[in-house]
Amino acid sequence: MSIDLETAARVAKLARIRVGDDALPELAAEFNNILGFIEQLGEVDVEGVEPMTSVTPMRLKRREDEVTDGHQQDKVLANAPDAREGFFAVPKVVE
Amino acid sequence: MMSDMSKMTLTQARDALRAGEVTSAELTESFLGRIDAAGALNAFVHNTPDLARAQAAAADRRIQAGDAPDLCGIPLGIKDLFCTEGVPSQAGSRILEGFVPQYESTVTRNLREAGGVMLGKLNMDEFAMGSSNETSVYGDAVNPWKVDDRALTPGGSSGGSAAAVAADLCVAATGTDTGGSIRQPAAFTGIVGIKPTYGRCSRWGIVAFASSLDQAGPMTKTVRDSAIMLGAMAGHDPRDSTSADIAVPDFEEMLTGDIRGKVIGIPQEYQVDGMPKEISDLWANGTEMLKSAGAEIRWISLPHTKYALPAYYVIAPAEASSNLARYDGVRYGHRATLEAGEGIVEMYEKTRAEGFGAEVQRRVMVGTYVLSAGFYDAYYNRARKVRTLIKRDFDQAFEAGVDAILTPATPSAAFGLGEMSDADPVQMYLNDVFTVTVNLAGLPGISVPAGLNAQGLPLGLQLIGRPWEEGDLLNTAYALESAAGFVEKPAQWW
Repeated sequence: MSIDLETAARVAKLARIRVGDDALPELAAEFNNILGFIEQLGEVDVEGVEPMTSVTPMRLKRREDEVTDGHQQDKVLANAPDAREGFFAVPKVVE
Repeated sequence: MMSDMSKMTLTQARDALRAGEVTSAELTESFLGRIDAAGALNAFVHNTPDLARAQAAAADRRIQAGDAPDLCGIPLGIKDLFCTEGVPSQAGSRILEGFVPQYESTVTRNLREAGGVMLGKLNMDEFAMGSSNETSVYGDAVNPWKVDDRALTPGGSSGGSAAAVAADLCVAATGTDTGGSIRQPAAFTGIVGIKPTYGRCSRWGIVAFASSLDQAGPMTKTVRDSAIMLGAMAGHDPRDSTSADIAVPDFEEMLTGDIRGKVIGIPQEYQVDGMPKEISDLWANGTEMLKSAGAEIRWISLPHTKYALPAYYVIAPAEASSNLARYDGVRYGHRATLEAGEGIVEMYEKTRAEGFGAEVQRRVMVGTYVLSAGFYDAYYNRARKVRTLIKRDFDQAFEAGVDAILTPATPSAAFGLGEMSDADPVQMYLNDVFTVTVNLAGLPGISVPAGLNAQGLPLGLQLIGRPWEEGDLLNTAYALESAAGFVEKPAQWW
């Protein structure tokens, strides 16, 4: 599997990381290098093997479905780059 | 006593505090002075002297009142990955510049409630992604060990923690380990570090890298110190659904040093091509030490070892790409300045390009790729199946009666900062070749300093234990530590 410039640009877009056109060839080369390393996994016979979902055989605990936390608007907004009137503010999303 | 105060182990400091031979205020002051004088190591990145003095005073009152848990009054360093209330916590990343948590991570809360004193936050690779502490926004942390003109890496990602403990800037430190980030830096700096069983320590409030692999653990001067500190960090936490509701035993009490009849497995697959002689010699010596202590040595096979690193470099980036999606410039941390006409997508893309360093960007994008439509089965699902097989290898060894497995901790001693900068990323990833299997299998693993190489740099051995049997593992490590008798310290040049 070889990553071309178009694929590298698509991956950067999906990851929401701006990558300039001039940086794409190097990025694609790095992807190819890492993916070449990962390709070894193709040698393993995984027929009938379940993909791991939990490393320790534990069942997630259950609890009553009730509110246990909240009313911390000030704390939630304390680190926001832009908070106004109790909300996170972002550039216009809907035209 | 006063002149050697900073050299005390956690055990010695605890006993001296309880005996009234020293106060936490005195201890804390001594470390604050040493931290100020150790700027060249770049280990501490956010100092909290006022908080430390207040906590020390409170600890002294507790000790006087006869209420002194093990950690009471002990000056500690905290890895920057832990969210600490009111204290900057930025995971070594520009994207969390200025972030001040409004809450305390469970592990640091446990330490705080036990009376621990926080001296400050410690340097680390950005988002714990690195093996040399060179991806940090704070710049490189530097290894206190030095044998020539070169500045050496303390390892990573918990490089600041390792440097600080080795240089006596704190009694002990917290670390986290996703692929070897406690054990490799511990080995590079001649200290002890344990990654407990997945689920032993709560992950709540620790900045997430790869959630199915991340675990917190102590980095200390001795095995006994690790036993004490792990006991204080561990425990069930309803706020982390993967935290195990299993009682935490008194690990210190389990240190008898008696390992007669224990079966130690030596995995043949860890004899990798091109292993330096100093590493294979160290491994053979360690094997001999455990045998002399009465353990039975048995060759074992962990046939899927070779595939652990490639599986890790699918699973960890995949989880990272998902976890790091939250850094979007909306709720906390850095937000890029926008040009006229730019909208929310540009805000995300510019914020993340400016805020993440090169290695983090690379891993987020690799993770995005292996999870993307058409490649999910070929890469991500296949890696998870291989992970099942890697864990099965260990299960079978333990079922056959093996109590612990002995391996080298790292493929080399500490290397020079900058020496790997021209190497491709995969070369750096090979640092984790002996440690990463343990995270994939969720097992406890400990690095114990076992000797010096020809140049005079420390080398570590790793012991891997059965799940939830950290007490037994620590006891085997204690026997190894006693036999190895490693007492060397770096000469102070900083």
